[in-house]
Amino acid sequence: MSANSVINFVDAVAVYNGYPALAGVTLRVERNEIVLLQGPNGAGKSTLLRACAGLMPVIRGTANVLGFDLTVDRESVRERVGLLGHQNGLFGELTIAENVSFWSTVVGASTAERTSAMERMSIDGKLAERRVSELSAGQKRRCALACLVVRRAELWLLDEPHAGLDAKGRDEIDHIVKEAVASGATVVVASHEIERAQQLATRTVSLVAGQVRDSQ
Amino acid sequence: MSMSTSRIARAVAAKDLRIELRSRVVTNQVLPFSGLVMVMFAFALDNDDVLQRTAGGLVWLATLFSLFILVQRTFAVETYDGALDSLRVAGVNPQGIFIGKSAALFVQLLMLESVLFIAAVVLYRVNVNGSGAVLLVTCILCATAGLAFVGTLYGGLTAGARGRETLLPLLLLPVVAPVLICATRATESAFRSGGVTVGEGWPWVAVLAVFAAVFGLGGLLSFGSLIEE
Repeated sequence: MSANSVINFVDAVAVYNGYPALAGVTLRVERNEIVLLQGPNGAGKSTLLRACAGLMPVIRGTANVLGFDLTVDRESVRERVGLLGHQNGLFGELTIAENVSFWSTVVGASTAERTSAMERMSIDGKLAERRVSELSAGQKRRCALACLVVRRAELWLLDEPHAGLDAKGRDEIDHIVKEAVASGATVVVASHEIERAQQLATRTVSLVAGQVRDSQ
Repeated sequence: MSMSTSRIARAVAAKDLRIELRSRVVTNQVLPFSGLVMVMFAFALDNDDVLQRTAGGLVWLATLFSLFILVQRTFAVETYDGALDSLRVAGVNPQGIFIGKSAALFVQLLMLESVLFIAAVVLYRVNVNGSGAVLLVTCILCATAGLAFVGTLYGGLTAGARGRETLLPLLLLPVVAPVLICATRATESAFRSGGVTVGEGWPWVAVLAVFAAVFGLGGLLSFGSLIEE
């Protein structure tokens, strides 16, 4: 594994509900890359992201993320990884400001970082006082991304980040991803929106039936 | 407790209580439900002497029924939009989450029990003197702490499980049986029901304190593993 490798999976196997969702994945991602994961439903894209985040156990093979061996320790890597999954991880009864404030507090981010993240996601001002349950899907996604930004993660794992967003929201996501990479982060995106994601990505990896079929 | 754990615990407790204030589940659903249970007990037993003697047990039974709703609610807000997953992936200290959620549950249970004991005085015509009040308050604090710890522990365990609505009472009821027994005995002593004295209640309170300490410590040590997949 090179010093620049952020993700290094070799023949990694992960089981979900008794089914081998990752059936021997071999994948290397270098620092500052934006990698697009593509593949049909059930190909193992979300499982791979969750395994990289230390949420799913890798039961066989090699699985190193940011220098941590996930087959031995899945918890230490988590502080340095940010995952935006299908769900947003928000509390519907709380306002945008309260949600971002909560996540800032639990991860130890400063008020300045919180304010900056909300400004970058255009969820500041009056909008910040609206409850999350009253927001559109796109606004919720932006709020979730603001919570991700305050984490200062080194590896961003984004599962369908463009889902539910309008054209402006999608452009904003792309801009934020590029900014994150410019500031030293590495990004892995799983998406069905191939054209848009390919414009953003530096490399595309195809997953089929829990295995990497192609990487270009 | 480290600064980080304490900060996380305060944030989680404040968040849970704020959500409760907004959603009003305790005031609009749990309180009316437990109030109805108290009234139904009164109808079913229909005898002042029996009601006075069993008042303590009835209050704690109504509290246990309400505990299931509160625990399910407190973890539903975490799992509905994947917040528990996000907390795990953010590497948030699980001890902080456990303490914070237990503290919020403790406050909500305390509010509920206050109303239930007032209802017991009105509906079941029980009375309590000065030393009995001290015993009763200590009993409520210890029993509530135990219920909050064990509720949070088992709520975390069943949070991601299928059929958690039925699984939680099945798992929780046998575990909280000692709380029901000890709190009922201590409350009967505080009310001096059936000729028992206030002094006889203190050993039961001691058992409640031990129960709370064991599950508090057990929760701190095991909550992280329980919320893992």
